Formats: sequence, C-alpha cells, structure tokens
Amino acid sequence: MKRAFNYIPNRPVAIFLACLPFIAAILFYMAGSETRLAENPNDKLMPSFTAFGEAMHNLAFTENRRTGQYVFWQDTYVSLERLLTGLGISVILCLVIGLPVGFLPYLRRMWEPFVAAFSLIPPLAVLPILFIIFGLGETSKIVLIVFGLAPFLTRDVALSVTQIPREQLIKAQTLGASTMQIMTQIVLPQVMPRLVDSLRLSLGSAWLFLIAAEAIASEGGLGYRIFLVRRYLSMDIILPYVLWITLLAFLMDYALASWSRWYCRWRHLELKPS
Amino acid sequence: MTEITIDNIFKSYGSTPILERVSTVLPDHEFCTILGPSGAGKTTLLRILLSMETPTKGRILIDGEPVDEEPQPDRGVVFQRYSVFPHLTALQNVMIGPQLKSGNWFTRPLGAKRRHLRERAAALLEEVGLGDALDKYPCQLSGGMQQRLAIAQAMIMEPKVLLLDEPFGALDQATKRSMHSLILELWERNKMTIVMVTHDIQEAFTLGTRILMIDKVRDDPQAPAAYGSTITHDLRLDPKRRPPLTVVTDDTLDSAGDDPHSMRAIFARWTQNAGDAVVEKGGALATRGE
Repeated sequence: MKRAFNYIPNRPVAIFLACLPFIAAILFYMAGSETRLAENPNDKLMPSFTAFGEAMHNLAFTENRRTGQYVFWQDTYVSLERLLTGLGISVILCLVIGLPVGFLPYLRRMWEPFVAAFSLIPPLAVLPILFIIFGLGETSKIVLIVFGLAPFLTRDVALSVTQIPREQLIKAQTLGASTMQIMTQIVLPQVMPRLVDSLRLSLGSAWLFLIAAEAIASEGGLGYRIFLVRRYLSMDIILPYVLWITLLAFLMDYALASWSRWYCRWRHLELKPS
Repeated sequence: MTEITIDNIFKSYGSTPILERVSTVLPDHEFCTILGPSGAGKTTLLRILLSMETPTKGRILIDGEPVDEEPQPDRGVVFQRYSVFPHLTALQNVMIGPQLKSGNWFTRPLGAKRRHLRERAAALLEEVGLGDALDKYPCQLSGGMQQRLAIAQAMIMEPKVLLLDEPFGALDQATKRSMHSLILELWERNKMTIVMVTHDIQEAFTLGTRILMIDKVRDDPQAPAAYGSTITHDLRLDPKRRPPLTVVTDDTLDSAGDDPHSMRAIFARWTQNAGDAVVEKGGALATRGE
C-alpha cells in the first residue's frame, strides 16, 4: 500500500476522471428535472433539455420579429465587445503605469501607496458614480471593468518588476542599455508570463463586473438578458446563458494560456524541466 | 592599456565598517583574484569596482580617470547566478549587448549588420563551447553552460575589465577545471584585465597573477563588527614559474599557532607551496612578516 499521493493516474484514466464530475452533474440535473416534471408538467425551476433546445432555438436561430436580430448572438456580441474593450484597456494601462512605477524608484515611492489604496475601492460601490458621470451607455460599463481590473493588474505588474534579480539589471547596464531599453527589452518580456496568469485569474471578476453593470442598466448583453427573463422565471433561458458565459470564459482562459505557452516559451520550459 | 587604481577605499553600511584603507594598483593585463573569508567584503569590493555600489570614501580610477558612477560597458561582469536573461536564447543573449549599445529603445540592427552580428555571436558561442546550443534557453543549459554563456555575453562587448563574482562557485570540480582553462585562454587572447572574487584558494592560486587577500587586521572579540577589512596579503605570481599546485596537506607545514583550518593559515601554506612563483609580497600583514 503506497501513500495516497503516490498513486498517479495514466492519461486515459485522467481524462475519464476529468469527465466524471461533468457527467455526474448532468445526470443529477436530468434526474431532478424528470422527477419534478413528472409531478408538475408546468414546473419552471428545472426545465428539461428539450425545453432548453427550444428556447435557445428561438433566441439563436430565429430572427426577432421586432428588431430583426438574432437575440442570442446579438447579446454575445455586445457583451464580448464590452468585456474585451475593458480587458484591453486594463492591460494597456497596467503596462503603461505598472512598468515605470515598478521600475523607477522615484515613481514607485510616489505611486505605489496610491495604486494600492485605489485598488481596494470596491468597484461595484462606485458604479452609481460611474453611471452619474458617464451616463448609462457603454462607457460606464467599460469603465467599471477597467476600474475593477486595472489597479489590481498594475500592482501585480509593478510587484513582478521588483522581483527581477538585480544582477540582471546590472548586467544590462554593463551591456550599455538605457533605462527605456531595459524596461522594454529586459523587464517587459519577463513580466509578460506573470501578467497573463493574473489576467486569467481576473477573468472571473471581469465577467462579474460586466454582468452587474448590464443587469442594472443596459439594452442588451448576456447579463441583461438573464436579468430580464428572471421576471418570467425563464430557467430555460437563464441556464443555457449561464453555461454559455462559462464556456466563453473557459475559452478565453484557454486562449490566454496557449498564447503564453507560445509567446513565453522560456518560462514554461523553466517550470517544466525536461 | 588598462590600469586600475583602487585609491584608499572605505565602505560602511550604516555604522558597520566593511572595508577600510583598501589601496592597490592593478597594472594592464592582470588576472587578479580576490580571496577572503565569507563576510570579509570581497564581493563588496567587486561591486564597488563595478559601480554597483559607491564607496563611502576613496575612489576607483581606470587609466587615471575616475570610473563612471553607473555600471558601464567598459567593465563586464559575470555573477554566480542570474547573469543571463532567461527570456532570450543563447544566441540572443550574446547578440543583445551590441544590439542594446547600437539601437535606441526599440530599433534593432537589421540586414547585413544583423547578419554580421549574428555570425560574430555564433563564433563566440562556438569558442566557449556552446556551438550546439545557439537556440536553447538558459533554463535548458547546465550550470556550467550558463556560465559559459554569461562569459560570452560579457566578452562580445570587449570590456577593458572583466569582473567575475564567484563565477564557478556553484559548479562541480570537473566543470570548474574546464571553465578555468576557458577563462585563461580568453584572458591570454583578449589581453584584458580580470578581477575575480572567489573563496576557493586553489582556484585563486591556479588562475591569478595577482592575489589579494581581504581580511580584518584588527579584530576586537568584544565587538566583531568594529573594524572593516583591508588587503592583508597582496601577492604577485609569475604564471610561468608557477609550480604544479597540488592540494597541500595539513601536516606538511607549520601554521604558526593559528587555527590550521583558518583561511589565513591555508593561505600561508599555499603561499609557501607556490615557492619562487611569488615574485612580490605586500599587504598589511605581509609587512609584519606573516
């Protein structure tokens, strides 16, 4: 009998094990749904998979009679546009601010405490302020995502800049590098893998801020739709939407991880010695 | 011609003196090894030579000119660790020096210039024995290969002075020996000055033409931090007359009442063993006859 952590599954077993919880969850839902529907065919809480299919068929593949749009795809497009704009602005800001603040001692002394304090402001608490300043349009939703992500990412970038061994910065100077060159050619590439990891971890918060903003004031988007149909207890729409959002988030996470493996190959070689 | 003058260096951290009255002159094409017990301040001296730290008092002159207050390409360096950039391949690590020096903050040399640089870097890597590892990242190289890469990276800048901070301290004996012959070869060919910090006395005697021992002359047992270190022994060795240096056993030589395992005692035995290869003796303790 070996110690429990010394049993390591091989690949087929690993795949099977990974699928198991998903299958269990689906089976559990199907059983629950069937029991409830047998008792009351009009039950709205746990609709059958056929009901999901019908609802999604209406939203995704049938033109809306009033607007002439495919609601589901329109929602997805609007939400992704907001989310990606917010993420993009956050990444640019955290690099433009985080790199110099982490790298130059004077800027660090000046801005580090401020950024730290700023990143602790609960973004949702300032959402009303954003609505007042930027109105109920797209801007306030994007600003909310940026507000939630950029200070955290900036702190993270600044922190990982300070973790680059001093020897490397000295070495770069003996190679004749200027401040700007060291920042763009030595520091930035070494910060990238960590930034990608932090970005992956903050995808969850980004979606949270997006859906919260959409729920409160919006005319479209995945979060808006969920909160709209809540009034009619339309679980047949809410659940597929939640699954779809989860899938989108997973794909974004996967894309970032793959990009990092390709772009920061050196880092992944370090983590996994051959 | 490169002559390094260390002019009466004092260095203290707060009220703790580390170095005091450190003065010497290293003539052109010297291979200077700096020895000393741990904590004596040999690395501090190297950092001052590199402008990584500023002395509390005194100055460093190269050819009569005070050195710049920042690290500059005239002084190359190899540290024990973290000398190479982990995000660049071996070839890129060597090419980056000239690229940084010639380019502004985003441009890099292109076309014929780049091809020429690439060839030069590849030739240099071949010379240090990394000809087959051009496209490997540092983490894919062994410790010895990483140090070879770091040496090539520093050498491509053709520095007047190469500073080595325990560069072979983390390597096994066999790798160390092959690194020794590599560094001697480069030193002969490029006619530069090398200053190397080491805690390995054998290494110091096999490589150096000049050996500086850094230690405390005055030692107050009540207050061990009261005094800084200075150059206690300053030997000039003739590399041609250097006898084959084998490990000295403890009983062959009398260690004059000192702890026979102290660095000073081992150093004294090595000095005697080197015999008439020692062409000149100096330093705070040598003048007292120790």
